[in-house]
Amino acid sequence: MMQVPAPIAMLAELTHRCPLSCPYCSNPVELARQENELDTQTWGRVFREAAQLGVLQLHLSGGEPASRRDLTDLVRAARTAGLYTNLITSGIGLTERRLRDLDEAGLDHIQLSLQGTTPEMADEIGGYKGGYARKLQVAHWIGEIGFPLTLNAVLHRRNLHQLPRALEMAQEMGARRIEVATVQFHGWALKNRDGLMPTREQARTASRIVAEARAALKGRLVIDYVPADYHDDFPKRCMGGWGTTGLNVTPDGQVLPCHAAQTIPHLKFDRVQEKSLDDIWYNGSAFQAYRGTDWMQEPCRSCDRKLIDFGGCRCQAMAIVGDASATDPVCVKSPHHGALQTQADAHASQTDAELIYRVSPGQKAEPAS
Amino acid sequence: MLASEVPTLPRGVRLHFDRVRDTWVLLAPERAVTLDGVGHAILSEVDGHRNFGDITHALAAKFGAPVEQIAKDSSEFMTTLRNRRFLDVT
Repeated sequence: MMQVPAPIAMLAELTHRCPLSCPYCSNPVELARQENELDTQTWGRVFREAAQLGVLQLHLSGGEPASRRDLTDLVRAARTAGLYTNLITSGIGLTERRLRDLDEAGLDHIQLSLQGTTPEMADEIGGYKGGYARKLQVAHWIGEIGFPLTLNAVLHRRNLHQLPRALEMAQEMGARRIEVATVQFHGWALKNRDGLMPTREQARTASRIVAEARAALKGRLVIDYVPADYHDDFPKRCMGGWGTTGLNVTPDGQVLPCHAAQTIPHLKFDRVQEKSLDDIWYNGSAFQAYRGTDWMQEPCRSCDRKLIDFGGCRCQAMAIVGDASATDPVCVKSPHHGALQTQADAHASQTDAELIYRVSPGQKAEPAS
Repeated sequence: MLASEVPTLPRGVRLHFDRVRDTWVLLAPERAVTLDGVGHAILSEVDGHRNFGDITHALAAKFGAPVEQIAKDSSEFMTTLRNRRFLDVT
């Protein structure tokens, strides 16, 4: 049996509420309702348990975390617990006053999402008129206060041509880092593969632009890059290894090995209201399920890359092959790799596909009109 | 690194003792870097006031090592941090 390391990072999904309705939202299609959200005191306890367990980095996310009125209190509780606090936000719901309160509470870093580099693109993708203008205003306050900033540009077929401008915007905002994140097809994005799948050519161009920008901006702007998934030959390293690096707490207190793990139907998730985080991490059945390599099938089991990518994404194997223990079909060694490539090209050619926007917790999804 | 350059940890980058793993780490935006004894010794001297020359002389005296060797090792380490935007130089 492998020695289980303590987790380094925790993603706290404070709420599933969000003013935006991005069609690639990574939240589950079944959203948690506000009345089931953990309260301030419970989150505070979870932060202390996380720090004792070995978590160093806390990502405060959502939905939109600014939709929580107690956000400043939550940041203060996390800092008091000894955690490094990172706010993952669209900026909507943050005022200058709130940002100054967050500064005073000890917030360490802000990751600001970018839906597009023009108001037309950003507001169409986010489904929120005026969102882009508001975001730029928030970025200005962030710079004035001096928070370290990462710009998170989410890219797909409709806006990949805006990547060069996104790199410029990151520098104009004074960001130290940009995450160039090609949409990964989980959550709501899985419904929108026809509308969002990049073409193979776009994926290649993005990789070239990123490589050139990394060389040109070395020491000034750090570029983290999440390439287009379906067009690759090797899968992404799943969560740095299932149950080895990070964990995710949902708004209603379920503890997941990754944010998409609820799409694997046979997994059962423990809740922070019932068990300690320590017990859940080391003994919870969902964390044990794909930890290490014992669960692997061929071709993973005998593969020399099995400790590099851990067979890729379990949720992707579930979504595409229907078996969460299968090799991620992105992998060239998967018997489903060829079919996935064909499928990706078919999605990418649906030029008139309509976007299906994410809804608010409690509402039903409908195609956009 | 030039002897006259002043290294500083920018806002959002800080040393932290990780009690669970019994080691010093450098916490930075969305990253945690495990520090060995040498890395921790170097960063402990970074106060935003003293320049690189002062720091390497202090470390050489502390460890009884040649200042040239200390300067070479420290410069490589700090350059790596600079490239990740975990260290500023003025």
